Amino acid sequence: MVNTNLKTVGQTKILVENLNLFYGQKQVLENINLSIPENQVTAIIGPSGCGKSSFIRALNRMNDLIPEARIEGKILIDEENIYDRDIDLVALRKKVGMVFQKPNPFPKSIFDNVAYGLKIGSNHNRADLEKIVEKSLRQAAIWEEVKDRLNQNALKLSGGQQQRLCIARALAVEPEIILFDEPCSAIDPIATARVEELIHQLKTEFTVVIVTHNMQQAARISDFTAFLWLGELIEYDRTEKIFTNPANKLTEDYVTGRFG
Amino acid sequence: MKNSVRKSSKNLRGQLTQFLGFLVLRLSVCFILFILLYFFYDIFINGHQTISWEFLSQPPRKGMTEGGIFPAIFGTFLVTLITTAIAVPLGMAAAIYLNEYARTDRLTRLIRLSIRNLAGVPSVVYGLFGVILFVNLLKLGTSVLSAGLTLALLTLPWTITASEEALKTVPDSYREGALALGATKWQMIRTNVLPYSLPGMLTGAILGLARAAGETAPIMFTGAAFYLPFLPASLRDQFMALPYHLYIMATQHHAIDKARPLAYGTALVLVVFVILFNLTAVILRSRLRGKWKN
Repeated sequence: MVNTNLKTVGQTKILVENLNLFYGQKQVLENINLSIPENQVTAIIGPSGCGKSSFIRALNRMNDLIPEARIEGKILIDEENIYDRDIDLVALRKKVGMVFQKPNPFPKSIFDNVAYGLKIGSNHNRADLEKIVEKSLRQAAIWEEVKDRLNQNALKLSGGQQQRLCIARALAVEPEIILFDEPCSAIDPIATARVEELIHQLKTEFTVVIVTHNMQQAARISDFTAFLWLGELIEYDRTEKIFTNPANKLTEDYVTGRFG
Repeated sequence: MKNSVRKSSKNLRGQLTQFLGFLVLRLSVCFILFILLYFFYDIFINGHQTISWEFLSQPPRKGMTEGGIFPAIFGTFLVTLITTAIAVPLGMAAAIYLNEYARTDRLTRLIRLSIRNLAGVPSVVYGLFGVILFVNLLKLGTSVLSAGLTLALLTLPWTITASEEALKTVPDSYREGALALGATKWQMIRTNVLPYSLPGMLTGAILGLARAAGETAPIMFTGAAFYLPFLPASLRDQFMALPYHLYIMATQHHAIDKARPLAYGTALVLVVFVILFNLTAVILRSRLRGKWKN
């Protein structure tokens, strides 16, 4: 039996109930039940094709972009089911930010990248924008590297810098939850270390959900870990429990590298 | 054992095949270039003596055996302008709808297939369609407006297709990124898709317009006149146009020997007009592209 009841660790931010996800005829997620706590880092691990990315993209309804995707069940964020009819997608995505697998800065200046979410949202005056851009870049630990060239095209940054810029861009709209979809799979080890450190710090202000295929990464930065296998949630518990004393044989085999 | 990597008789066959293959490709390119250059050469040699300030600025005189082609230049400019004003915005809008909004179902596929097919319809068919729809049904008469609308129809499939291709070059990660930051779909398109696809869209539009500017069949029934002593004063007037003028000078004139140099001069002006158009497209594309690509 999967332990989905982790009430001992404070407020539940995201509650997933009986979640099924289909792409056409193919079922990618099977009856997922999970509660993700506030101000903690929750990692989703599992072998390629297990449904990790599909799961995390269900949390801000990015799967809506895939015409053949169909969803059953509920995802409650602060007790609101985000799949209800009267959900405002714009508000949802402001509340639940996302950083993608491949850094995807827009071909605009560094400043305009970070200001993007603010500019489309409402009218900010220039001084406010500058303040928020600086704050976000500092939070994403990239301010020192780019402060003298905010007008430079963001595509000129290195891969690791681009990813931190994308994090700053997500932070600028002041979300409550940040989803990371394998944020380090396309950047080098040093940049990875910086991003990991950053994610670890973010949990004081945000609820973080991170998908990763890298078990050491999950062990290093997360408080809770969910192990997905072939679309099913096999085990979900505190990270140290998953990595030292897992309840399920499959989890043990996976975290000890016997398959993957 | 150590294998030598020098060229030797053992791999002669492969080298020979490759040499012959490249030869065929090179000859094909040379052949196409030769035809193109010969075409320009012929028009230039026979046409450049006719070109003068008078030829460019005066109307035809003495039964079109003397004088210039100013009304035809003006008419072609005007009709191309009308075509642009209609075909470019409409084509872009259709492409945005098809690529960003429409679901990929059977209906969309049918619409796309129809657009591709329309691009292959002979221009004379567009001309006759223009007569039925614009000249008669909508009672616009044979006018520069009817001709412009007909040419716009002819250009639309090209504009739509080119615009759609341009939209497809924008990576989906830009769309996802914008939506994930809380952009609405239209905000996403306006701020994070259109700016990057605009160069491609405009290039496609200009190439389509260049083709329209050189068309004869669609305008000869809908608005182009054999000879007019005055310029069109409103959109409801008839007009003279370079391609139609050329057609008349080359095949329909009573004094064919006197008209020949004028015909070549007209051809040269038309070709230069179209080349300038295409050149604009090339320059525009490289300028705008440099702005967002590394």
